[in-house]
Amino acid sequence: MIKKFIYLEWKAFIRSASFGKNLAMKIIIGFLMIYFSLVFVAMGVGAFYVLKDMNLEPLATINKFLIYYFLFDLVIRLLLQSIPVLNIKPLLVLPFKKPVIVHFSLGKTALSFFNWVHALFFVPFSVVLILEGYDVVGIFFWYVGAMAFIYINNFFNIILSNIDKLFVVFVVLILALAGAQYYQFFDITTFTTPFFQSFYDIEGVFLIPVLILGGLYAFTFKYFKNNLYLDAGLSVKEDVATTENFSWLNQFGTLGTFLKNDIKLIKRNKRSKTTIFMSVLFLFYGFLFFGNSHQPPVMHIFAGIFVSGGFLFVFGQFVPSWDSSYYQLMMTQNIPYRGYITSKWWLIVIVTFLSTILASFYLFLGWEIYLTIVVGAIYNIGVNSHLVLLGGAFTKTPIDLSNAGGAFGDKKAFNVNAMLLTLPKILLPLGLYAIGLYLNNKNLGLALVAGAGVLGFVFKEKVFSLIEKRYKVEKYSTISAYKQKS
Amino acid sequence: MIQVNELSKKYNGTTVLNISNLEIPKGQSFGLVGNNGAGKTTFFSLLLDLIQPSTGYIKSNNIQVNTSENWKSFTGSFLDENFLIGYLTPEEYFYFIGDLRNQNKADIDALLAEHEEFFNGEILKNKKYLRDLSKGNQKKVGIIATLIGNPEVVILDEPFANLDPTTVSRLKKIIRELADNPNVTVLVSSHDLQHTVEVCDRIVALNKGEIVKDIQTSKETLQELELFFAV
Repeated sequence: MIKKFIYLEWKAFIRSASFGKNLAMKIIIGFLMIYFSLVFVAMGVGAFYVLKDMNLEPLATINKFLIYYFLFDLVIRLLLQSIPVLNIKPLLVLPFKKPVIVHFSLGKTALSFFNWVHALFFVPFSVVLILEGYDVVGIFFWYVGAMAFIYINNFFNIILSNIDKLFVVFVVLILALAGAQYYQFFDITTFTTPFFQSFYDIEGVFLIPVLILGGLYAFTFKYFKNNLYLDAGLSVKEDVATTENFSWLNQFGTLGTFLKNDIKLIKRNKRSKTTIFMSVLFLFYGFLFFGNSHQPPVMHIFAGIFVSGGFLFVFGQFVPSWDSSYYQLMMTQNIPYRGYITSKWWLIVIVTFLSTILASFYLFLGWEIYLTIVVGAIYNIGVNSHLVLLGGAFTKTPIDLSNAGGAFGDKKAFNVNAMLLTLPKILLPLGLYAIGLYLNNKNLGLALVAGAGVLGFVFKEKVFSLIEKRYKVEKYSTISAYKQKS
Repeated sequence: MIQVNELSKKYNGTTVLNISNLEIPKGQSFGLVGNNGAGKTTFFSLLLDLIQPSTGYIKSNNIQVNTSENWKSFTGSFLDENFLIGYLTPEEYFYFIGDLRNQNKADIDALLAEHEEFFNGEILKNKKYLRDLSKGNQKKVGIIATLIGNPEVVILDEPFANLDPTTVSRLKKIIRELADNPNVTVLVSSHDLQHTVEVCDRIVALNKGEIVKDIQTSKETLQELELFFAV
């Protein structure tokens, strides 16, 4: 019976939209996967030596941070890892025994990207520890214990996935713990570090998380089996709807109509809500670059663009795919393309502007840094906003709004044309800024980037005509692509 | 109102629609019947410029639909649930379409009040998003939305499917009222011969993309069609 399941899964995998038709796309996706895997492996290998360099005991240091690692992992899962309930429905009436179905779907989540990606870190790290003379058996037990926690998170996420906004609780918890630790109020790691350390030091302690995992699996199994009905565990939760008018937007005419719709789009769908969360994350992206002597100074403008451009990149990139499920409606309504594109443009501009204001906390790092961010925002508004909309004409992968996983998990909306358009978004300003730095004048570099942005803004109408034409050319292939739901 | 000229649609060499000439005068209620794959939806998609013709063209009110977009202002259409915006409530959806068709809130409210019976209390003020409505109720929303802004051409693909018997009879009444208006041209497709005969002045049967019957509705029409489709 399991064979049949595997057969179905294999078909689902090779026929999924992300597997794609063209070779170039496959190569790029493969390349990205290898890249990220390598990054994790490198982190696993490197962590030991970096920590050693800093005169810290590697295993103990990692143990110190494990509690945050696991909490953060849980937050990411609650946000992004979705439970595949829909695939179960067609199996219910077929001669499969219920326990088999449940075991299989739970087993399937165990193979999820969200689980094995951690192994990419823990395995090389453990191997290095062993090579460096740590006790083999102890490390093995430690590894099993740590992975057990990863899987505990996996099943936690399944049980808790029905509770909305739970991730906020955990975010607050992390912030509270970290804050308390920072101000030496209360240090959670004094309790957890010895615990994690004891996996290694004391034989048998690792069985605690393993047993918890076993219990959790049994609980999840029972829970799912008892709820394997269309109106129980398999029901899709319906939100209580409220009609919102946003009548203050009426004064903007057609533009207002679309803005109203876009606001509702973002508010009411899981996938689009994550874009807001991502944009907030991008706000803090600058901390990786500013005041970091390991990064070349030319990367400052890179950060400057990303700080205010988070929304632009994660939302703008997928215009018009956000409207894919009702694109046919849009195409038969009395809508000028320009109005449609303009409203998306305004949305991007407004959020970019807001992000820039929110980013003013960078002023604490010095006004020069904030200036870089402002310049990045000008470039985003003037040039990048046009480029993402232009790229949208080539983005022909429908977005399933209800699915949160898409924003990260699968790279469905990934295509070569859109990739090519991301290059000038980053490379051109980098080049302009580099010229300034080369001439030993940082401000000249900033002025050049800002100038490019202003220039883009001046030629807005021209560019819009171009974009409009492109959208019209692509209309039919876009409609037919959006009809093919994954 | 609608002229079809040498229209054909081919996919990889297979012709799925081939209509050399078809004219639908203003005010007519036009029924399109045929089996699955006969080309009904293909025809409507061509009429709405959602797909490109392989040859020929369609003119609606003397506007060639694949070259100008001006037909959009007087055409209301509902093909399937791809015409609904899932994350809106029905009210929001109606107002959204209304905004696009230059109708104010009061106009929409009047239209909705007029069709309150059709909604059967299951649509408005129900605290549900369109995506959470049943198929039949989604269809009700889509159908009424085509009437917003007094369109001159109304296109409904399979409007009777998925509806309960009461709603079907109410829908027939709505379509008949539209048909009685000399300014409105109604195009309806269906598998159901009887419903189509009841609401349409003229019935065209498609088979494998070709027009095989073109009849003005009379008492004998239903029998004639049933005979034709019986194997």
